[in-house]
Amino acid sequence: MEKAQLDLVRGTLDLVILKALVWGPLHGYAITNLIRRRTDDALLVEEGTLYPALWRLEGKGLVKAEWGLSENNRKAKFYQLTAEGRRHLRREIKTWEAYTAALGKMLDATQSPMAEES
Amino acid sequence: MPDVPLWRRYARLFGPDLKADVNDELRFHLEAKVDDLVAQGWSPKAAQEEAERQFGDFKSVQEAGEKLGRERQRKMQRKDYWGECWQDIRYGFRTLKRDPSFAIITALILGLGIAANTSVFSVVNTVLLRPLPFPDAQQLTWFKAGRALEPGKREAAGLSGVTYTVAAFEEFQRHNRSFQSITGYNPFFGNSEYTLTGRGEPEAVDGVMVAENFFQVLGVRPALGRLFLPAECKKGGKQAVLLSDAFWRHRYGGDPAIVGQTITLSKHSLTVVGVLPPTFDFGSVFSPGLNIDLYVPAVMDEIRNWGSTLAVVGRLKPGVSVAQAQVEADILFPQLRAAHKEWFMDYSSTITGLKEFVSGKLRRSLIVLWSAVGLIMLIVCVNLSNLLLARAAARSKEFAMRRALGASRARLLRQLLAEGMVLTAAGAALGVCLAFVLAMYVAHQGSIALPLLSSVRVDGAALGWTLLLTVTVSMLFGLVPGLRIATGNIQDTLKDSGQGMSAGRQHERLRGGMVISEVALACVLLAGAGLLLRSFLRVLDVDLGFQPARAATMKIDYDAGDGARRGVVLQEMLRQISLIPGIESAGVTDMLPLGRNRSWGFKAKGRAYAKGEDLSALVRIVTPGYLSAMGMRLQDGRDFSWQDGPKNQPVVIINRAAARRFWPAERALGRMAIINQTDFRVIGVISDVRENSLEVSAAPEMYLAVTHADPEGAELVVRSKLPPAALSASVMEVLRALNPAQPAAELRPLRQIVDRAVSPRRFFVMLVASFAVLGLVLAAVGIYGVISYSVTRQKHEIGIRMALGATGARVQFDVVAKALRLALIGIALGTAGSLAATKWIASLLFNMEPTDPVTFSGIIGLLAVAAFVAGYIPARRASRIDPITALRAN
Repeated sequence: MEKAQLDLVRGTLDLVILKALVWGPLHGYAITNLIRRRTDDALLVEEGTLYPALWRLEGKGLVKAEWGLSENNRKAKFYQLTAEGRRHLRREIKTWEAYTAALGKMLDATQSPMAEES
Repeated sequence: MPDVPLWRRYARLFGPDLKADVNDELRFHLEAKVDDLVAQGWSPKAAQEEAERQFGDFKSVQEAGEKLGRERQRKMQRKDYWGECWQDIRYGFRTLKRDPSFAIITALILGLGIAANTSVFSVVNTVLLRPLPFPDAQQLTWFKAGRALEPGKREAAGLSGVTYTVAAFEEFQRHNRSFQSITGYNPFFGNSEYTLTGRGEPEAVDGVMVAENFFQVLGVRPALGRLFLPAECKKGGKQAVLLSDAFWRHRYGGDPAIVGQTITLSKHSLTVVGVLPPTFDFGSVFSPGLNIDLYVPAVMDEIRNWGSTLAVVGRLKPGVSVAQAQVEADILFPQLRAAHKEWFMDYSSTITGLKEFVSGKLRRSLIVLWSAVGLIMLIVCVNLSNLLLARAAARSKEFAMRRALGASRARLLRQLLAEGMVLTAAGAALGVCLAFVLAMYVAHQGSIALPLLSSVRVDGAALGWTLLLTVTVSMLFGLVPGLRIATGNIQDTLKDSGQGMSAGRQHERLRGGMVISEVALACVLLAGAGLLLRSFLRVLDVDLGFQPARAATMKIDYDAGDGARRGVVLQEMLRQISLIPGIESAGVTDMLPLGRNRSWGFKAKGRAYAKGEDLSALVRIVTPGYLSAMGMRLQDGRDFSWQDGPKNQPVVIINRAAARRFWPAERALGRMAIINQTDFRVIGVISDVRENSLEVSAAPEMYLAVTHADPEGAELVVRSKLPPAALSASVMEVLRALNPAQPAAELRPLRQIVDRAVSPRRFFVMLVASFAVLGLVLAAVGIYGVISYSVTRQKHEIGIRMALGATGARVQFDVVAKALRLALIGIALGTAGSLAATKWIASLLFNMEPTDPVTFSGIIGLLAVAAFVAGYIPARRASRIDPITALRAN
């Protein structure tokens, strides 16, 4: 495996999508591109999961959609964070950072717990 | 996101399209991908294939999208709907607050309508719909003897004609197969009037003799103690008594220790064995208006020879119908009769459900009452629609504006409904409160002789009925103006200045139609009420055969030995009472008219009668002076005198009906009659007295002297110019001096017994009449509303006319004429409707045709006057319009 193609950890897809929308409204195709570029092709979001996830987020009111015109003048559906979506994203990022930090500590541990206790 | 060109904004001109949305979105994705790949140097065909390959299962994503979208849409719709509803209700509140007089009037009208409906429903529910307050009440049946008699005679024979002897009761009990059990009580309550002595003043108490298994058959359990034991129902057994809850509470303060103690009733010692539960009210089921204080066992062997003494109630076996029981009775009674030659009559019976006996006679009246409140509700609805319509007309611009700004028709309609709902809710709350008060009032009217009345209350069923009514009403009166508004043309409305324009006219026509229907409905209501009221007045006008005015009665107790002893005691008592200043005459009878009664066999001597011919007459045992104290009119012969002693020739006074019945062709005076196998000479004939009821013509009747026959109870009657209250004390003094055990009592005006006899009719008439008045007022308000509105609308036009020289009187005349025109159309329709409807209440009328011209002309006049007044008020306003201001205003 020369280039890591990572599967998304469960529950992080929403996080990634919401983050992708932080800089402004995007259509679905642009979202996949953005995620790929930002993660240096490490994270690949498949269309089959992206769109249902977008629609669910829309249903929850975290993003809102509007029809608009793409760069090459095609009709496209643009997604945009709602205020609620922004709040949600901030909360999730905090949680996720705390989680990864804790996980990192655990995985980087070198001393035997016995030694620590004594 | 670049600007969207205009045409793109209308991509979904015809509303959202889910499928297309999902499809467009996914297609765009593929196209964007292909573009990128082509830019990277792929051939278009290969790029297309690669994009599709990367995408994977296009179809399932598409389906998932559609599904999610649909769910979302539904959720949104629901949310929108409730959000809007809430908005509507709040908006409704706000608009109503801006116009409080409208809101108050509407809520008041509605409240009255709902109060009338809820309280009448409570009465109907209690008396007609709910089962009797006994377990498995549908199994209980009522026996009415005398099926062989024609209905009129059966009525005239009084209680004796429809009750049973102990023998007939026992024989039927033994041989029938339809009933689990049969029981009975003695409905001649005079047999069980007692004087309670021992503690404090002697007190008159009402008791009833019941068969041993009476409470078991009804399914009534004692609240304290036990029911009667078989030994207590045998001749010579220990004497026992059961107390009613009310009597136990007021006389013994609800002391449970009374059970097991002995009380003295009319000089007999009886042991209290139990207290019945408060839910059991004998009077309200079997004898409306009577309060029974205590129950004693009917000792069958003692009353065996008293003649027909038992009213019979049965409990059917499960699965046996009343009709089947009737078939069995039709076979069984003739067989029993054949086996017992000594029976006085054929006890062929009509068997009905006990419920039918209790409330059957009231069915028609109650349904009429129910219909009357239904009419009221209709009038209320029309009136409110009318008010709302007027309001809607005033607000039509507001609505048109909102339509123009994008509110849908459904939305406007919903908003009107919400307003209606807020109003009806307020009205319903008011109505239910009023209904509670009314139901309480009705339940405490002990003097109305209607069954089950004491248990009337606003219960769950009544509240359910109110809710149903309220929702229906709010729908109705929100929808009518709503539809008018919603279908109106926006542009026309916006342009319509509201004065003389077509939409305004149309509006007025609709409202005119409503007023016409209101007047018509009120007319039907008034016609019914008028007929009932006139019937009631005629009942009051009936020649009673005695004069209740200035006469008063009191229940008395005296030492009744044999005939001779009775004569001496009563003569002395009456002599002393006559000496009291102010008393013109005094007499004693065992039963007063319009109350209890009994009948005995009566034959003209020397005449042969066909077998089975009805030979009974009501009997009253009286003293000399009774006839004059009552104000009865002697037509022929003389009154009794104290010389008609036990050793002299027995004598009888009969009424006209008896004279006609037994001596149709000759003068009855001086003839001999056979009563109880004894010869009696007829010494007098009196005018007929309404004995059973004011509404049934008199039956044959005989009066016997106390010295010649055994009375059942005693009622003193005195005639005096002084008020009864002023005499009570001195009369009581005389009575106590002669008999220390005389119970405390008051002289009651004789009028009371007449009032009591007409109380059911009075009750219905009062209710129907007050509903009719309500209907009349509402109709007048309706007319006023429409005319007043049209005056406001035509202010400009009237101004012009007045400027051109029309006089105020002329303008006034036109406006009033308009009101009368509406009213007259309504009256014409209403009269036609009433003629059809009143046929239906013909059976409730007394001496009156359902087409009584006096009533009809009366109500037509009344409605016309009401319409005139309702039109005159706005007419005056119209005639005061100042042309200058009116013209300038526009």
